Amino acid sequence: MNKALKYGLQAIAYAAFALVIGYFSTFPRYQHLQPDEALLRLSFKHPGKPVGDCRERSAEELAKLPPQLRNKTECPRERSPVRAVVELDGKPLYDATFPAAGLKRDGAASGYRRLAIPAGRHTLKVAFNDDVRAKGFTYEHAATVDLKPGQVVLIDLVAERGGVVIR
Amino acid sequence: MTGHSPLSHIKAPPGPCNDHGVGTARRVPFPMEACIPFQPALGAPAATGTAARNPAARCLRAAERAFDHPFGPAANPLRQLGALAFWFFWIVAVSGVYLYIFFDTSVAGAYPSVESLTRDQWYAGGVMRSLHRYASDAFMLVTVLHLVRELVHGRFNGFRWFSWVSGVPTLVFMLISGIVGYWLVWDAVAQFVGVGVTEWVGWLPGFGPGLVRNFIAAEAMTDRFFSLLVFIHIGVPLFLLAAMWIHIQRISRPQTQPATALAWGSLAMLVALALARPAVSHAPADLALAPAALELDWFYLFPLPAMYAWSAGAVWLALGAAAVLLFALPWLVRAPRVPVARVSPANCNGCARCFADCPYAAVVMREHPDGKPGKKMAVVLDDLCASCGICAGACPSSTPFRSGEALVTGIDMPQLPVEAMRARLERALADGKTLVVFGCDSGAPVTQLGTPDVAAWSVPCIAQVPPSFVDYALRTGARGVLVARCPEHDCEFREGSRWAAERLAGTREPHLRPSVPQERVRIVEAAAEDADALGRALADFRAHLARLGEVPRRAKVKRIDEAQVSR
Repeated sequence: MNKALKYGLQAIAYAAFALVIGYFSTFPRYQHLQPDEALLRLSFKHPGKPVGDCRERSAEELAKLPPQLRNKTECPRERSPVRAVVELDGKPLYDATFPAAGLKRDGAASGYRRLAIPAGRHTLKVAFNDDVRAKGFTYEHAATVDLKPGQVVLIDLVAERGGVVIR
Repeated sequence: MTGHSPLSHIKAPPGPCNDHGVGTARRVPFPMEACIPFQPALGAPAATGTAARNPAARCLRAAERAFDHPFGPAANPLRQLGALAFWFFWIVAVSGVYLYIFFDTSVAGAYPSVESLTRDQWYAGGVMRSLHRYASDAFMLVTVLHLVRELVHGRFNGFRWFSWVSGVPTLVFMLISGIVGYWLVWDAVAQFVGVGVTEWVGWLPGFGPGLVRNFIAAEAMTDRFFSLLVFIHIGVPLFLLAAMWIHIQRISRPQTQPATALAWGSLAMLVALALARPAVSHAPADLALAPAALELDWFYLFPLPAMYAWSAGAVWLALGAAAVLLFALPWLVRAPRVPVARVSPANCNGCARCFADCPYAAVVMREHPDGKPGKKMAVVLDDLCASCGICAGACPSSTPFRSGEALVTGIDMPQLPVEAMRARLERALADGKTLVVFGCDSGAPVTQLGTPDVAAWSVPCIAQVPPSFVDYALRTGARGVLVARCPEHDCEFREGSRWAAERLAGTREPHLRPSVPQERVRIVEAAAEDADALGRALADFRAHLARLGEVPRRAKVKRIDEAQVSR
């Protein structure tokens, strides 16, 4: 094989390798959201209410306990799961229940969900239930949002800030 | 007196290497560089042996042989994928150090600092950034190709299990390093990566969906988080380097540097790509906006689109299953057990030639049990032994000239001991065979050369044949000896072909004695696919021997006293 052909073939091989590297380092383009879509992010971390009522211990019961554990009130350790419901323009968009964390189900429930929706003006209604003893929802909020394409709306549950937060 | 056909390293019959003379009275270095490459005939029959059994391996071998032409076997990128991976790693490391000098590890400073590198000093920082990206991509690509190549060639089980298994974590470390690297730029891709990775990892038990909360609100991002990212982006590659070092531990003289021409050629290719298509950032990260269309680096970020197309669990399942499969492969597809080399302490003088020649570090030197101070003995580590027989060919006591009822050498292969080789050779010559051909199981099939005057047999690796067998054959009646070795960079056992050539050329111990008539010995380089060409080489050699005439009288075989051997 003469030198010109040899180096020519080498150049082709290098170019082919560079082409593969150069192409797949950016292409094909990935369409994460459609051009006319916006994004709802439901994200919360919230401790549900205890699954049962607290009760007073009797004197006999207290006497049986070690001195350092003699609390008058006994509450169930397990916490309620948190149910999240999202409605868009009066139609159900999302409904899920998130269990409390921990082996004893005594931690906070965490939830995350990304929901692509059409951009534009919408009525958003969000409701949570964090108490198995309560009927219906313990937190509710409705808002009208005007979403541009690609805009992100965050839905959170912060009890200290009144419950449902939409921003 | 001058011989007219030296101990030739013939690669193409007839060629310049088999017709120039060298003195036989003195040892002449073997003229390897003068040889022209062996060119298989067009329309040559399909490969035999291992290559013929596996269609994928045949295709791969065809590609490798095709690349031999423009690059040469020594700089063939398909034969140096592992070394190229090391090379690209170092390019990534050096360019990364440069980028780190200018990188600002803060939420507000990360993006502007990368932009400044890319725009304000495009000739240095911009090129370095592009080199960093493209070398990373090349690193991943050649590593995966390296994995596929070894898989297709069946080099993943048996004694190779450790190299295979230790290579799997490198892919994981590469993936982590690459993904975190994209995070640092803090542009729209980085935002996508940050949210995507935390969504992906958050699926795992113990992490939970709360993880992603750190990346969905601007106030959650802190400068310390960027310090953590830098720490991971530097720390994980250090683990990667350690894994790469472990990966090559069971290989003697591992090639971690590609051929010079290939190294500079690939670097030039990356620089050209960096200049032609510089790596640039997307728009700055904005957590109030979700990026719609993204130009992703698919070499590293493929799990994230896969997650959005399927689910986080499905991607974990797919990658986990792939990892488990790769880890378990050596035991799922087991290599047949082949007896490993055995040492005879009484016949091992501790010369350490087997230790030096073993391509897989399977021979170690330990104290000799005879208790003589300082005397060593070879010990074979069974799990590491490839059963190639290179050690037996390296042993100075593997000489058929030895006297004694039984020929027991210092280190030998139970399935084909030196004594059996000698007996077979003597039988063949007694039966009237006058031409001896030694071949390699992985090379051109020599046993198909059978003609009434040819005694041909194949060994696992050509370096199993001690050079003294060539001498012995010529002294016991053979008119010529043809040694068919695999092309040097196509050796199944890495170094066997090279060791055989060097021993016969007298540049490596044990060497072929200078008194051997070199015009009656030929070394032919013939791969598994070169059966026809080997046949032509043999015919050419036969004609050459006919021109030489009768075998000159030489001293009869005189067996060496056993006591001499043990010294």
